[in-house]
Amino acid sequence: MKHLALLFSFALLLAGHADAQTPRKGGTIRMTAPYGAGLSGLDMHNTPRANDDIYGKVVHRTLYNYDSDKGVPVLELAKSVAVSNNGLTHTFKLRDDVFFHNGKKMTADDVIYSFTRIMDGKRAFPAARWVRIVRGAVDVEKGQATTIEGLKKIDDFTLEMTLTDRVDPGFYFYNGNTAIYPAGEADKPEFLQKPIGLGPFKFVEHIPGSRLVAERWEKFYKPGMPYADRVVIAIMGEAPARDVAFRNKEIDLSILGPAQYVAYREDPNLKNGILEVAEVFTRHMGMNPEFKPFADKRVRQAINHAIDTDLIIKRLVKDKAYRATSWLPLTSPAYDKTRKPYAYDPEKAKKLLAEAGYKDGFEFEWTTSQNESWGLPIVEAVLPMLARVGIKVKVKQVEVNVLIDLRNKGEFQAFILSTQSGPDALGALKCFHSATPMTACNYYRFKDAEFDKLVDAAGQTDSADERNALLRKADAILYDEAPVWFFNYNKAVMAYQPWIKGLQANATELTHQYPEHIWVEESSPAK
Amino acid sequence: MLAYAFRRTLQSFPTVAAVALVVFVLFSVIPGSIATSMSDDGRGAMDAEVVQRMRKELGLDDPVYVRFAKYVGNLAVLDLGTSFRSREPVSQLLAKRMWPTMQLVLAAMGFAIVIGVPLGFVAAMRPGGVIDAVSMVTAVSGLSIAKFWFGLLLMYLFALKLGWFPTFGYGGWWYLVLPAVTLGVSPLALLARTTRAAALEVTNADFVRTARSKGMSEARVVRWHVVRNVAVIVLTTLGLQFGSLMGQAVVVEKLFSWPGIGSLLVDSVFQRDIPAVQGCILLIVLFFLVVNTLVDIACAVIDPRIKYT
Repeated sequence: MKHLALLFSFALLLAGHADAQTPRKGGTIRMTAPYGAGLSGLDMHNTPRANDDIYGKVVHRTLYNYDSDKGVPVLELAKSVAVSNNGLTHTFKLRDDVFFHNGKKMTADDVIYSFTRIMDGKRAFPAARWVRIVRGAVDVEKGQATTIEGLKKIDDFTLEMTLTDRVDPGFYFYNGNTAIYPAGEADKPEFLQKPIGLGPFKFVEHIPGSRLVAERWEKFYKPGMPYADRVVIAIMGEAPARDVAFRNKEIDLSILGPAQYVAYREDPNLKNGILEVAEVFTRHMGMNPEFKPFADKRVRQAINHAIDTDLIIKRLVKDKAYRATSWLPLTSPAYDKTRKPYAYDPEKAKKLLAEAGYKDGFEFEWTTSQNESWGLPIVEAVLPMLARVGIKVKVKQVEVNVLIDLRNKGEFQAFILSTQSGPDALGALKCFHSATPMTACNYYRFKDAEFDKLVDAAGQTDSADERNALLRKADAILYDEAPVWFFNYNKAVMAYQPWIKGLQANATELTHQYPEHIWVEESSPAK
Repeated sequence: MLAYAFRRTLQSFPTVAAVALVVFVLFSVIPGSIATSMSDDGRGAMDAEVVQRMRKELGLDDPVYVRFAKYVGNLAVLDLGTSFRSREPVSQLLAKRMWPTMQLVLAAMGFAIVIGVPLGFVAAMRPGGVIDAVSMVTAVSGLSIAKFWFGLLLMYLFALKLGWFPTFGYGGWWYLVLPAVTLGVSPLALLARTTRAAALEVTNADFVRTARSKGMSEARVVRWHVVRNVAVIVLTTLGLQFGSLMGQAVVVEKLFSWPGIGSLLVDSVFQRDIPAVQGCILLIVLFFLVVNTLVDIACAVIDPRIKYT
């Protein structure tokens, strides 16, 4: 009898556990848009901003999604894709059960319309960056064609896409600003006020600077999803206000900065609701080889040895970062787990500087923003470390937009910034290819024949393993050549309320949650 | 009266033109552009070709004088241009944000008047007393307190600890209380101090002493002589504060996620959305001028010695 009771209790426990994991229908997900300047607008094609794609994931959909578990883009609006032998033509079998929020079924025409709209040169949409990979897209951008040659409708649900390069289109078309719109609708002025998308929630209202509300789209193509009835995105750029609102249970998700990360980890009520992920951003100090000392690899290596990077991460960044061991981030399939970072060794740094002819050191100008994680506080911590090996630094502090402008123009000796380095390892390393101009993304004017060969070979192979092996070798060359001071990879941290389930550890941007997977338990105060 | 109002309106044109010029020149010379700001601190991907195309299509590569001529030309037909960020007409953006800011400014001013003016009067009636000391400490604190910090304190106390009001957001009156108190605290302090000083000065004036010596009751003295004379000074302060509150709302609106002109201005500045910045600043300046013109007229109505000149 006693055994039977025990067995019964165990069964109840199991049942209870299973029930806790069963997604609940209903409730409201209360997200936040935490990055500075609100939402730019409601036209996804017109924005590359991370903040805007929080709304993008709720209301819109792209050809691919980013699968956080697998760490790769996966087909979303298509059931399958066949790739031609030369790797350039991709034939997509589109889903035939996808409906826009106005009730219209999505077809190949909508994809062609959306991509053609993006490439309209007169509109100068930032999303053109991604669609330019389709053959003939640039002609539309330049006004030399009205249709994209590389996009062909075979039938309503079959789309042929020819690319200009052998790349995985998933890395291009998972980006939120390549959202698919219903053909013709986005040309109507009211679309900017009341957008129509394919996402799991349909647009209800946008109070600029305050909130965006969306409600469940009943004809969403994933069976049983979305779970929640509504999504509210609160526009909250101020971290202290977000902190109070989160503690007051008025929001369900909040991105944490270093100071809050420490506070939340130490709070017994909050420490169990923290989601961490190594995002695909590499914080670094870029060095301009046109500034004579930085042309010498030994000087660049010396800088990497002269800085006690671990100490800075621990004390200043409060462990809200992972030590960088080269350019590719931790979550990259080409990341080399065996590589050790540059050791803190001022003596070795001095020796390298002496070998390079800078026994008495030199002075350089370091352009920085005020950012707490990769700006002035970090630079100030590094100054005495560099001074110890004889390097003097003149700090030039500017606003981050100005910094980006100066970097893009190559007007710097050194700068510190956080730059996206994934999830496309090939794309990230192509920025260091000698054929990539400085104005594109080779801000470091990196040039290495062996590196170029490896990246080119990686672009030609169909084998993912082989590609990753080649890119790993290329990344090792970057480590050795040290075009930058490898600082850290961002550890994104999100606090979530205990009633929120189904969050995804999205390494491309933690705030980018596919909300159809999220459910809200009964205990949420928001009904 | 109408002629005076018309003349005041005409006088405000040079001010508006000067502000338009200063804002335009300022945003033409500072580095950075909408294209670079879109990369969101490196989180969003922008490439050089797109940046170039955006600069060309948005007219940012045109010489400054060409851009200024276009801007003035559009302004002359009341066209504030199109937002670089949202691609919506700026007038439409401002229209959406105007009412929330007016709500906030009116509530803040209401709070400041209801508390500040009586506080100043009471303090003046008993100079050196406990109420006077308390009111002046309050006034000095109110003037020197940082709005961001004060707003956070209010959030912490009244939202998190007491649960009386929501921390942030926009909706019913209960969303308005904390931002309005945060915004209203410095005009409250200034009004209290001004009222006290004015009331003290007037109560010691010759004409008040004469009225008292003629046997006029204290209530009548206060109503007919003190209040009317203090009102002119208070009203002038009120007008200046009311006009400038829209500009001061910037911090409060961002902190409380309040969808007004202030938060639009901050966002637009950071994103170098020049047409939106120009629109916001022009609106704030116009508001200031209109309020001050109305105050001048009101002062003249209260005190007939003030001439419409």
